[in-house]
Amino acid sequence: MKEKFTTITSTCIPLPMENVDTDQIIPARFLKATSREGFGDNLFRDWRYDADGNPRPDFVLNDPTYSGCILVAGKNFGSGSSREHAAWAIHDYGFRVVISSFFADIHKQNELNCFVLPVTVSESFLAELFATIASSPKAEVRVDLPTQTVTNLATGRSETFDINPYKKQCLSEGLDDVEYLLSRQADTEAWEAARR
Amino acid sequence: MSKTLFDKIWDAHVVNHITDGPDQLYIDRHYCHEVTSPQAFAGLRERGLKVFRPERTVCSPDHNIPTLNQDKPIEDPISRNQVDTLSRNATDFGVTYFGIGHPKNGIIHVIGPENGLTLPGSTIVCGDSHTSTHGAVGAVAFGIGTSEVEMVLASQCIIQNKPKTMRINIEGTLRKGVTAKDIALYIIAQMTTGGATGYFVEYAGEAIRNLSMEERLTVCNLSIEMGARGGMIAPDETTFEYVKGREYAPKGEEWEKAVAYWRTLPSDPDAKFDREITFHAEDIEPRITFGTNPGMGIGINDPVPAPPVNDEQGRISFEKALDYMGFASGEKLAGKPVDYIFLGSCTNGRIEDFRAFASIVKGRKKHPDITAWLVPGSWNVDRQIREEGIDTILHEAGFQLRQPGCSACLAMNEDKIPAGKLAVSTSNRNFEGRQGPGARTILAGPLVAAAAAVTGCITDPRELM
Repeated sequence: MKEKFTTITSTCIPLPMENVDTDQIIPARFLKATSREGFGDNLFRDWRYDADGNPRPDFVLNDPTYSGCILVAGKNFGSGSSREHAAWAIHDYGFRVVISSFFADIHKQNELNCFVLPVTVSESFLAELFATIASSPKAEVRVDLPTQTVTNLATGRSETFDINPYKKQCLSEGLDDVEYLLSRQADTEAWEAARR
Repeated sequence: MSKTLFDKIWDAHVVNHITDGPDQLYIDRHYCHEVTSPQAFAGLRERGLKVFRPERTVCSPDHNIPTLNQDKPIEDPISRNQVDTLSRNATDFGVTYFGIGHPKNGIIHVIGPENGLTLPGSTIVCGDSHTSTHGAVGAVAFGIGTSEVEMVLASQCIIQNKPKTMRINIEGTLRKGVTAKDIALYIIAQMTTGGATGYFVEYAGEAIRNLSMEERLTVCNLSIEMGARGGMIAPDETTFEYVKGREYAPKGEEWEKAVAYWRTLPSDPDAKFDREITFHAEDIEPRITFGTNPGMGIGINDPVPAPPVNDEQGRISFEKALDYMGFASGEKLAGKPVDYIFLGSCTNGRIEDFRAFASIVKGRKKHPDITAWLVPGSWNVDRQIREEGIDTILHEAGFQLRQPGCSACLAMNEDKIPAGKLAVSTSNRNFEGRQGPGARTILAGPLVAAAAAVTGCITDPRELM
C-alpha cells in the first residue's frame, strides 16, 4: 500500500451525500478478513448491489458515465466506526484522493495512513465541483500535494488544502509512522524511565 | 497556566512534539479485539518486530462471537479464523488474552473498566471507535485505525494531532424515567452527527456529576456519534469508589499515591475550552432515533421532523434516511409496532442496564410479537445478573439471556435483524444495515427497550413506571 504521492489529475466519481458512515463504505460482515487486500470488491456494498448481488444501476459506481481515481463526497465523510477497512476498500477500489468539505477524524487519519489523500475544500468549492461533474462527467480535477493545491480544471477554480508537514513528508516519500516511531524508541525508553 | 482535564493527561504523555505537526503520544493501555488487529500483528511479523510493551496490551474477542453455545466451535469458518488468529497472535506475542468462555471475556469496553484495567489519568486506545467509553473514569481514551494499532504494538506510542477541547455541561436534575442514554442521544441530536468532530469533549455539570460510573460509561461511549475524538468526565469520589479494589487497580500505598495524583486532574477553575456548551437536564425526555444516524433523534412523544431547508445535500440525505426507515415527516413513532428488541452492547450491556430493563418487565410478559435478544456485556455482568436474581425476573416475563458479545449491535455474528424488521436497540448506531442488511434500527435506552418489549410498540416507559 505504501507509495509516493505527488500530483494526480483525474476525472471524479461523485457521491453527493452527507454523513456517509464507514458501515456504508464497508459493511461489518465484510470485516472478517485477516489481510488488507480485496476490500474494494465490497466498497459501498449495499448501495452498489441488491440483496441478490446484482449491481444497482442507479448507484454511481455502476454508472459507466463516471470514472477516475478521485471520489468526491458530501460533508462528514467517513463518520462512525474506526474500521480502517473502509480506507483499504477505497484504496483497493482504485481511489487515491477523496475530496469533501469535512471528514470524520478517525477515517481521515486512516486514509492518510493508507496513502489515500483526503482533501478538505470549502462548501462552495465542493458545490461547484458537484455541479461541474453533473454537467460534464469527464471534467478533471488536479490535486497537487507539493503545493497543497486542488484545481477544478473545468472552471479553473483552485484552493489550497491543509495537511501537516509531517504527514505530507510521509506521503511524498512513501514513509509510514511505524518507521518514524521505531527511530524514536530511545526517546520512549527515556520517557518511561523519567516517569518511574 | 491553567489547564483542562484533557490537557493535563495528554501533555503528561507527550514523548516528542513534531515541529508544526502531531505529537508522539505514549499509550498506557491498549485493548485489542479480533476485527481490527490481525493486519497489525501481521505487520509486526513482516517487519520482524516484537510487541514493545506486551504487559500494556489486553485482548478479548467480542465482535464475531456467537451468543449461544459458546462452548462449541464457531460455525462460521471466517469468523472462527478471525478469533483463532487473535488467540494465536496473543500467544505468539505474549499479550494478555481473555478468550471465549474465559471468566473475564466480554466486550472489550465492558471488561476494561470492570477489571480495573481502565484507570484515571491514563491514555487508552483500541482499534474501535467506542474506546471513548473509558474516558468516563477520567482518562484520555479514543479509537484508532489498524495502522495505529500496529504503531502501539511496535512502539507503545502513536502519532496524533492534539484535538481541540470542548466542555458540555448538563446542569440541573434529570427527570424521572430519563437515563444516561437519553442524555447522550439528546446531546448528539443537538450537536448533530458531525458536530463535535475535531474536539475532545469533557462532560460536566450537576447532572453529569450525579451519574453513577456505569451511567458515565454510557455517556462517554456515545461521544464518537457526534464525531468527537473522545469524551471524558473528571475523576471524583464516584470514580475512586468504582475503581478501588478491582483486580488490576493499584493497591495499598500505590492506591493512595494514585488517588492523590488523580485528585489533581480535574480542569482548573479558569481553564479555557475551545468551545463550551450548556444544556439543561430538565429539557431531556426519554429519547428515540428516527433516521439513519444517531443525531437523527427526538423525544419519544415528538413527531418526526421536517427535512432541512436551503441545504440540498442535507435534504437528499434526510429523505434517503426516512425512505430507508419507512417513516414520514410529521409522523409520531409512539405506538408504532416493533419486531425486535436488543438489550446489550458496549453502550448498554452493563448490570445497571439489566436492572433498569428488569424494573419495567417485572410482573409483566414479553409481547408475543416481539423477538428479544438480551445480551450481557461480559461474563462478569452475566454473573451479577444471576447473583441478583434478575435472570429469574426476566425468565418469568418470558425473556431468555444470551451469552456475552457485541451481538446485534453490528451483526457480525448470527444475531442479525432481518431485512425490513424494526428493532428498538440499546446499541449505538442506527446506520443503514448496521444490525443486518435492510434492518431498521431505533436507538433508545434500556427503559424504552423494556417498554417496547412488553407492549409490542414504541412506548413511553414512564407510562409503565
